[in-house]
Amino acid sequence: MRRRIPEWFVLLLPAFIVIAAVVLIPLIFSLYSSFTPYKLTRPSTLWRWIGTANYEKILTDVKFWSAFGRTILFLTIALNVELLLGLLIALMVNKVTWGQRTLRTILMFPMMFSPILVGFQFKFIFNDNIGLVNNALQSLGVSNAALPWLVDGNLAMFSIIFAEVWMSTSVFAILILAGLFAIPQDPLEAAKVDGCTPWQTFRHITLPFLMPFIFIAMTIRSLDVARAYDIVQIMTGGGPAGRTELLWTLMSRTGYVDARMGLANAMGYVSILLSIAFTVYFFKKLSAARAELGMGG
Amino acid sequence: MDRNQTHRNRRRIYKALHFFGLFLIMEVICIPGLWIVLNSFRPTVEIMAKPPVWNPTFTLDHYRAMFGGAGEGGVPVFLYFRNSLIVSVTSTAIAILIGMGGGYAFARYRFAFKNSYFVGLMLFRAVPGVALSLPLFIVFARVGLIDTHFGLILVYVAMNVPFTIWLTDGFFRQIPKELHEAAEIDGCTRWQAFWRVEFPVARSGVASAAIFAFLTSWNEFALASQLTRSVGSKTMPVGLLDFTAEFTINWGGMCALAVLMILPALILTFIVQKHLIAGLTFGGVKG
Repeated sequence: MRRRIPEWFVLLLPAFIVIAAVVLIPLIFSLYSSFTPYKLTRPSTLWRWIGTANYEKILTDVKFWSAFGRTILFLTIALNVELLLGLLIALMVNKVTWGQRTLRTILMFPMMFSPILVGFQFKFIFNDNIGLVNNALQSLGVSNAALPWLVDGNLAMFSIIFAEVWMSTSVFAILILAGLFAIPQDPLEAAKVDGCTPWQTFRHITLPFLMPFIFIAMTIRSLDVARAYDIVQIMTGGGPAGRTELLWTLMSRTGYVDARMGLANAMGYVSILLSIAFTVYFFKKLSAARAELGMGG
Repeated sequence: MDRNQTHRNRRRIYKALHFFGLFLIMEVICIPGLWIVLNSFRPTVEIMAKPPVWNPTFTLDHYRAMFGGAGEGGVPVFLYFRNSLIVSVTSTAIAILIGMGGGYAFARYRFAFKNSYFVGLMLFRAVPGVALSLPLFIVFARVGLIDTHFGLILVYVAMNVPFTIWLTDGFFRQIPKELHEAAEIDGCTRWQAFWRVEFPVARSGVASAAIFAFLTSWNEFALASQLTRSVGSKTMPVGLLDFTAEFTINWGGMCALAVLMILPALILTFIVQKHLIAGLTFGGVKG
């Protein structure tokens, strides 16, 4: 008798094939090429094995480490601000009794924007000569000189984080709001009867219940943290003088401008590991939070 | 009496603060987008004016130039729009079909290492587009898929399948098993039971997955910018770069294209708004 192929395998097979063809094979190729001095301009260099020299070069490179550190800093600040703002917005919108649907619709607005469009938009708005921010500041008489938003290192970093937060806060706000709608009312009323302060109610009832929703938002976000590449590439291109250089912009410059694919792929692997670490971490948190609420499965 | 008064006052202050805070937040969310729309209707002279002009004049110049074709310094917008549409719609449709199968498999069947498979799939989604674009560029160049619709569609399908699986898995799990068992007892095949009974119930999950897939491919830039070369396959996000020259940017034209780019996404999202939130939360929390 012939053994039948299990149905689940047939169902999953197309997904496996597509992902293997488009993601897995290129990744294996890039893993290989990260051990060669491959340059786009000289194809023959693909066949020279140089071991871990690329990785050694990266790990001893100050430029790489500062980009790496900046990326971590960028993600930490952006994700935390997004979470806090999202929580705040969700709580505020939840309190509204009139026109809530409209507010929710407005909240969804930034989700539809392409990251590159967000980049352009804020490049325009923060432009030191004709940007909305500087024009407004000068017309209101707050400052006389034009502030160099995208030219000064710290201000540029601020502008980029602002753009990133603008784009991604709504995901948090919407998901947390959905969580707030789903909260059972009984424990909240019981807390009120027992004389809890609003802060205690929030800290011990609302927040634990919201945790899974927060982790979903974090997990969804962590799936494409690298979206920030589009924004940074457009707004500053990693400049001024590398002050806003993130891992991703450094990688694309090394690969496409300097044509040093081997080295860029080695950097690529560092960035992939970084993304994977984020995703795995939040997935673990998510399943833990689910299990706690008895939603596991 | 006095205590009542202070209490009431405090409430009033809270309310005012609440209103003011919400107002401020909504302003911050809306103004950047509206500023783009507004500037797409202003003449370039006015955009570049120093000191700034605050009462805008209305002009359709940027739209006229944009749709006027490449001859007048315009950009082949129709081609970009067509490319974007072909690539996004096709890749969304394929990704939904493949992802739905996968989601169904995860929701309904038991097999070894199920969780590892699941997390593994998600990890593939987490690979940064830039990091993937480097080897893809080389591989596609060898295979001859650079600058084709097919290549881009393939990439977007692979990008969207994992997330679709995640969302639809959550939805299929909501549906009690008894439903399709009953259908099978009544004489449906498994296939019929799926299409006639389970699919209609999970429709809003599928709709939200489709929206996310569409938005991802409509808006993607990091991969598209490397895998497309000519007007034959460039998508709109890549086309946006056409307005930047070495040192100057045609802000008005860029704003006009941006408006064109955001409109379909906006319309589509508003149509399925309700499904969107339901899809995200059900798929994630309960899944």
